[in-house]
Amino acid sequence: MRQLTLGNAAVARGLYEAGCSVISSYPGTPSTEITEEAAKYDEIYCEWAPNEKVAMETVFGASLAGKRSFCGMKHVGLNVAADPLFTMSYTGVNAGIVIGVADDAGMHSSQNEQDSRHYARAAKLPMLEPSDSAEALHFAKLAFDLSERFDTPVLLKMCTRVAHSQSIVETSQRVMPAERRYEKNIAKYVMMPGNAIRRHPIVEERVRKLALWAETADINRLEPGEDHKLGIITSSTSYQYVKEVCGDKYPILKLGMVWPMPEKKIREFAASVSLLCVVEELDGFIEAYCRELGLSLVGKDYFPPEGELSQTAVAEKLGIPHDSGVSLDEIIPNRPPVMCAGCPHRGLFYTLSRNKCTVLGDIGCYTLGAVAPLAAMEMTLCMGASVSALHGFNKALGAEAEGRTVAVIGDSTFMHSGMTGLANIAYNQSNSTVIILDNSITGMTGHQQNPTTGYNIKGDPAGKIDLEALCRAMGFDRVRVVDPYDLAACDKVLKEELAAPEPSVIISRRPCALLKYVKHKPPLSVDSEKCVGCKSCMHIGCPAVSIKDGKARVDATLCVGCGVCQQLCKFGALGENKEE
Amino acid sequence: METKNVMIVGVGGQGSLLASKLLGRLLMDQGYDVKVSEVHGMSQRGGSVVTYVRYGDRVYSPVIDKGEADFIVSFELLEAARWLPYLKRDGQIVTSTQQIDPMPVITGAAEYPEDLVEKIRATGARVDALDCLALAEKAGSSKAVNIVLMGRLSHYFGIDDDKWLRAIEATVPAKFLELNKRAFALGRDA
Repeated sequence: MRQLTLGNAAVARGLYEAGCSVISSYPGTPSTEITEEAAKYDEIYCEWAPNEKVAMETVFGASLAGKRSFCGMKHVGLNVAADPLFTMSYTGVNAGIVIGVADDAGMHSSQNEQDSRHYARAAKLPMLEPSDSAEALHFAKLAFDLSERFDTPVLLKMCTRVAHSQSIVETSQRVMPAERRYEKNIAKYVMMPGNAIRRHPIVEERVRKLALWAETADINRLEPGEDHKLGIITSSTSYQYVKEVCGDKYPILKLGMVWPMPEKKIREFAASVSLLCVVEELDGFIEAYCRELGLSLVGKDYFPPEGELSQTAVAEKLGIPHDSGVSLDEIIPNRPPVMCAGCPHRGLFYTLSRNKCTVLGDIGCYTLGAVAPLAAMEMTLCMGASVSALHGFNKALGAEAEGRTVAVIGDSTFMHSGMTGLANIAYNQSNSTVIILDNSITGMTGHQQNPTTGYNIKGDPAGKIDLEALCRAMGFDRVRVVDPYDLAACDKVLKEELAAPEPSVIISRRPCALLKYVKHKPPLSVDSEKCVGCKSCMHIGCPAVSIKDGKARVDATLCVGCGVCQQLCKFGALGENKEE
Repeated sequence: METKNVMIVGVGGQGSLLASKLLGRLLMDQGYDVKVSEVHGMSQRGGSVVTYVRYGDRVYSPVIDKGEADFIVSFELLEAARWLPYLKRDGQIVTSTQQIDPMPVITGAAEYPEDLVEKIRATGARVDALDCLALAEKAGSSKAVNIVLMGRLSHYFGIDDDKWLRAIEATVPAKFLELNKRAFALGRDA
């Protein structure tokens, strides 16, 4: 059947058709929908794991047991899972393992734009790179065949424009692979030095065999062109930009597998054209390999390593004229993302701002706490770093910092990698105050369940980790719970815990305002006789509150009646909507 | 056929993903090759969002660049102005006249420009501006702005209404079908 399908949904379809049985992932833009879509197939067991390392190890166990398995993550998630990744290269697989990793060139929703292709080379693993949804489906299936044929995990690399673009795919039936049973094999699966030493040459030989396969694989496709003055090597979404601009004019070597690369095919291609050009997003990965072969080419000297490419970027460098459109002679104010109206994080960040706290932050919607007017976050690095960095900050400065420095971390991020940092505070005893923003969901990536929510990926009841009990068990005697809509309570608890001579955890608890089950109050209204236009209500940066003609105004289509602005008004001008 | 480009722009949360899904479905059913590119993640939180819909005999790139859009469909006036450079010189804008203040305007750091429709027209762009929010509310829900806009866009597409309605049926939940049919008609006939 022909269907217009999101790249990530096409991967999920490919996993289904390939007979994949177990999926464990951690959500991360732009990879999340692979696992969400796969969870719609009842034949596949799907779960959200607490983090990518756990997901990858879960999948390893499932492969060992004889089932085709998949884990998906964003580029930075692969950093978390790098430990099992590098050694799974040595053990190989029993049933096929495919690891989906989605890069985010342009940083639409990420803290960096690292290039995951380096992992394939560093871990000596094959990596397939689709350029549209049809290839995403096809490559997901092919990846399982390669995994079992070459006894290796296979990386399937997506990028934002392939993951989050819909294009047309042809679907087919699910075909189950031949059954594989678990067999005890200590020499293959116990990676202690004596065994790993024997596995390493097998890994090197596997890369050589895969490179030979790459020479004849039809996913590394030579597309003829009329004009041999220029020849282009490209892959992924860059291929689409090249085709958009050049059509069939120049010959193209389109790589579907970006590691290992086909040496002979590349040399022959280079010899057939006057000028070799590599068009790729982010790092010069294909380029570096070509240069190792001694080929001269143009690449990153033309196409920058920062941000996304596009058809215009390619056209400009190839000297093809392009209309750049007309703009208004007018300043267009920016529209940055903001915390939603009624966001439970807002009240807590207002409290931190008022108390002039130094806030070490983490990854999630609440990173928007760094944006004006709240501007109440001074560091964001990676998942879990708020807690560990707070410990280091306080150890370095002692009492000078302890009374005014906090970590803020969401519930899902805390489960992902905040717990180990908390263990360090408990063990090495810094007087640190950690705030867990428990909005009962993984918010930023679009509402995924996590170990604290009590529900699994399908929305069915599941195990629920009790955050208070967990923190107490780790040795925190001071664990406080506060409602972030209650500013006075937030202020009191924060002051008390910062002053306390021992480490503490504050759990700021209220569900995300966008959750369907959350019942909202009616929007507030402004009594314009009482409003003096003091703008106190503007300090929280709520998109529903503004000043028009010197008076506060509440946008009734956005306001959910959380009442945080109401608590800031000294004149009682903000009130619940009265019936006219 | 040469590839045609439609940009759908607005503010995160306004429903542009449903509009692009509907349009993609409609165009695929007409036998075109189609690509739709979406924005997920942080930008969705009240930020400026853009979705690209491209169709033709063979579509390669999933994105639309400056000077390439045949149509800009905008949920909000400032967003129409922001994305204007992406319009082709003879392109058509279909926009709701709704204005949503971005945070720099709310905090007073910037001002919402006045008379945007006239200013955009002065650049030579063709602008079809209508109060889609009022029409959506008339249809029964402020959330139906996306379908009102699709109704208006249908003027320029030369595709029969019944095909649009079939695409709506395939895209919106059954319980909202009648509401969305009303929204489509109100946008089309406005």
